Amino acid sequence: MTSDGFTRRHILQGSAAATAVVPGLTQAAPPARSVSAQEGSRMMALDMKVNGRDVHLQLDPRTTLLDALREHLHLTGTKKGCDHGQCGACTVIVEGRRINSCLTLAVMHEGETVTTIEGLGTPERLHPMQRAFIVHDGYQCGYCTPGQICSAVAVLEEIEAGVPSHVTQDLDHVGWSDAEARERMSGNICRCAAYPNIIAAMRDVAGEDKA
Amino acid sequence: MKAFTYERARSVEAAVKAAASVQSARFIAGGTNLLDLMKLQIETPAHLIDVNHLGLDKIEPTQEGGLRIGALVRNTDLAADQRVRRDYAVLSRALVAGASGQLRNKATTGGNLLQRTRCPYFYDTRMPCNKRRPGSGCGAMQGMSRSLAIVGVSDACIAQNPSDMAVALRLLDAQVETMAQGGAKRTIPLADFHRLPGDTPQVDNALQPGEMILSVTLPKPIGGIHVYRKVRDRASYAFALVSVAAVFGQNGQARFAFGGVAPKPWRTDGADAAASQGAKAVAEAALAGARTTPHNDFKKALLRQTLASLYRQQEAQA
Repeated sequence: MTSDGFTRRHILQGSAAATAVVPGLTQAAPPARSVSAQEGSRMMALDMKVNGRDVHLQLDPRTTLLDALREHLHLTGTKKGCDHGQCGACTVIVEGRRINSCLTLAVMHEGETVTTIEGLGTPERLHPMQRAFIVHDGYQCGYCTPGQICSAVAVLEEIEAGVPSHVTQDLDHVGWSDAEARERMSGNICRCAAYPNIIAAMRDVAGEDKA
Repeated sequence: MKAFTYERARSVEAAVKAAASVQSARFIAGGTNLLDLMKLQIETPAHLIDVNHLGLDKIEPTQEGGLRIGALVRNTDLAADQRVRRDYAVLSRALVAGASGQLRNKATTGGNLLQRTRCPYFYDTRMPCNKRRPGSGCGAMQGMSRSLAIVGVSDACIAQNPSDMAVALRLLDAQVETMAQGGAKRTIPLADFHRLPGDTPQVDNALQPGEMILSVTLPKPIGGIHVYRKVRDRASYAFALVSVAAVFGQNGQARFAFGGVAPKPWRTDGADAAASQGAKAVAEAALAGARTTPHNDFKKALLRQTLASLYRQQEAQA
């Protein structure tokens, strides 16, 4: 990954940079593209706080949170992989928790706070997890990476909060280990199999947090 | 997805009333199973009633010394609750053995009980399936049935119940509290909540149309050593081929419930009674009357070996 790091890093950073000028993040969001009017669905108003900004949308109730982010707010960092909650590419953080944005309706999140990869950090001020993924080459093609990073950030918080996992030996003592990270990241698939480097990036940030 | 209308219910009573007044309405909680099925048009509700904001997300002690778990308590929160970890560890263990972290953050206690089978023929709308389209036949019996049920099945359906949580709740003698149309409340033992398929496999459970789960109650703690062992095709984020929930008590006594082998969380008096005779006897009692296919016959041996492994672990720790 070292020889072509330029391309991948700049794609990753570039995608973050693009968000700074995304028109959808302004108060007046672009008009919804749905065809539902002909199909009998009523459009619904939706207010959310996305990456620190208040957004207002008119949506067909069928619109998933993922499609609202990508198609209506043009926050394309969050990826659509399987669209069935199996791959984790769509992972975002809602009200402080990581969820699959493909398996939830946008209208169910009225008044809630959403953080996507674009909201975690900027090219100038990368989130520690974003920096760690770059340092440890925690990605290859990069498609799953926004979901991996959102998930990884939330995983460290879940461990900190004492949420047990399938590999937790003692339910009353939850702490970092590579095995814990691997188990907790099992909802994020990487077809390039960057898993060892993703774990290395998480281990790095977990260590930083404790230092 | 087919078009639908959506409302956010303001009270339990209003939600139940709305369900009664709109044809083919469905409650939506976490949505992780329902929306998946709606995308595939296996579920096509005309109206969704969002029940996420009704205050049903609390875990409280009962007068009997047990716990009342609100229907909207998320799987993550239930698994992490200090009382559950201490007194009902098999439930925590079962919950964290299921799905992924993202899904557990959304999935709810009530929704988990209502999740539908993962039979590949139920999911593939080009295939016959008596559960999805009554009378169309069963594609699984002569097809890929490796993951499917081996006990409690019928000529119409061999679909398995996919839940881990429900297996632990069955072991713990949980009860489901509901509100029916008209506002009447009732309590359904978990043992009677899920149905065997018989000749109506399209009916998964005992709920009436429009009836809503309010909570799940656990009796007072039973002590013992709580274990949940799940065997699957990969180490994480896969449905069970077989699973065993067990509480080991004094003098060789134990109780068992099983996942991955039946259309409902599976528990038999015979298996519990055979506890002191060891894994082989427990497995034989649990799977009495099993009806397997060439593809899933291995589950009998797998369940026996899983039990043997649990027994060895208990002996090593004794």
